[in-house]
Amino acid sequence: MDAATLLEWLVALMLLVGSFFTLVGAIGLVRLPDFFMRLHAPTKATTLGVGGMLLASIAYSLNHGPTLHELLITLFLFVTAPVSAGLLAKAALRLRMKSRAPLPEDPASGR
Amino acid sequence: MIRRWLPFPLLSAALAAGWLALTGDLSAGHLLLAATLGVAIPLVSAPFLEHLPRVRSPAAALRLLLTVTWDIVIANIAVSRLVLGPTGRLSPVFLRVPLELSNTQSTALFASIITMTPGTVSAVIDTENRELLVHALDCESPDALIADIKKRYEKPLLEIFGC
Amino acid sequence: MLNFAINIAFCAIGLAMLLCLVRLVRGPDAADRILALDTLYINAIALLIVLGIRMASPVYFEAALLIALMGFVATVALARYLERGDVMD
Repeated sequence: MDAATLLEWLVALMLLVGSFFTLVGAIGLVRLPDFFMRLHAPTKATTLGVGGMLLASIAYSLNHGPTLHELLITLFLFVTAPVSAGLLAKAALRLRMKSRAPLPEDPASGR
Repeated sequence: MIRRWLPFPLLSAALAAGWLALTGDLSAGHLLLAATLGVAIPLVSAPFLEHLPRVRSPAAALRLLLTVTWDIVIANIAVSRLVLGPTGRLSPVFLRVPLELSNTQSTALFASIITMTPGTVSAVIDTENRELLVHALDCESPDALIADIKKRYEKPLLEIFGC
Repeated sequence: MLNFAINIAFCAIGLAMLLCLVRLVRGPDAADRILALDTLYINAIALLIVLGIRMASPVYFEAALLIALMGFVATVALARYLERGDVMD
């Protein structure tokens, strides 16, 4: 097996890993019972889901003139995902949404 | 002179390189534009960047990066099992993680790391009581998880930034 | 093999987006809907990346980058609106 074939298999494997975790993230979004638990779904879809796709894309572009766009997208997603998750969690705490985990007494502590 | 126009040389270099990577074009025009951005953006955002803690130990930073990457993979697999299994059995909790980090930026980085490792999402950074409010998807013993989080991520961060 | 994997990826991401749509419609709260939109745009980015591999074209990355920027700003604005009742203060 030569290098190009090996790389192609690697791309395929990464794609499969990425799509599996993307799907699991979405399944979690539908299945999990309360908002705070569902909040875990998109962070998962971003980390390994999109991460896998991007690795696949980087591996693929090694064969066809490399670009660094994929890396920039990953970086951007990894920086922004915790921010939006945190903001949503804060809003939900303020609204005192239904939660299986007992809500902390002073959700207002985070202004 | 150099301090004045390039207060953050590393950031300037990263911005210029980022621009060139985005356009994928090394012509004179784009080189000029990259240089301009590299100088202008740090100058404009200097008031915010001034309080950034310095990285004291690059080796520790690299180690933390590897730990986090590894943990993301492992935790993803664990959480997938939780999500696909019976959800009725999950016992989510809110954790209060006491903070030893004192710097705003390093605390934000700590909170982001907690969110990106699946299974835990940091909800609120409480600067007054110096603690993080973290939601864990499934947790048997909160104290053990808190200790684990602190040991795995906060200690290296303290080592890297010193505050 | 690569084409097979790409097709699987298309199916998986499409299904994931449909599931997000289910959550978007079912709610039950505004926060759940924002979360569904958040996941939806991340899945759209994944879809564009796979499309970029399929078509061997870099154009899709520009689109993915734009969606990443817009999606983030939208989520932040919506979350703030939910928390405070307005976006600017």
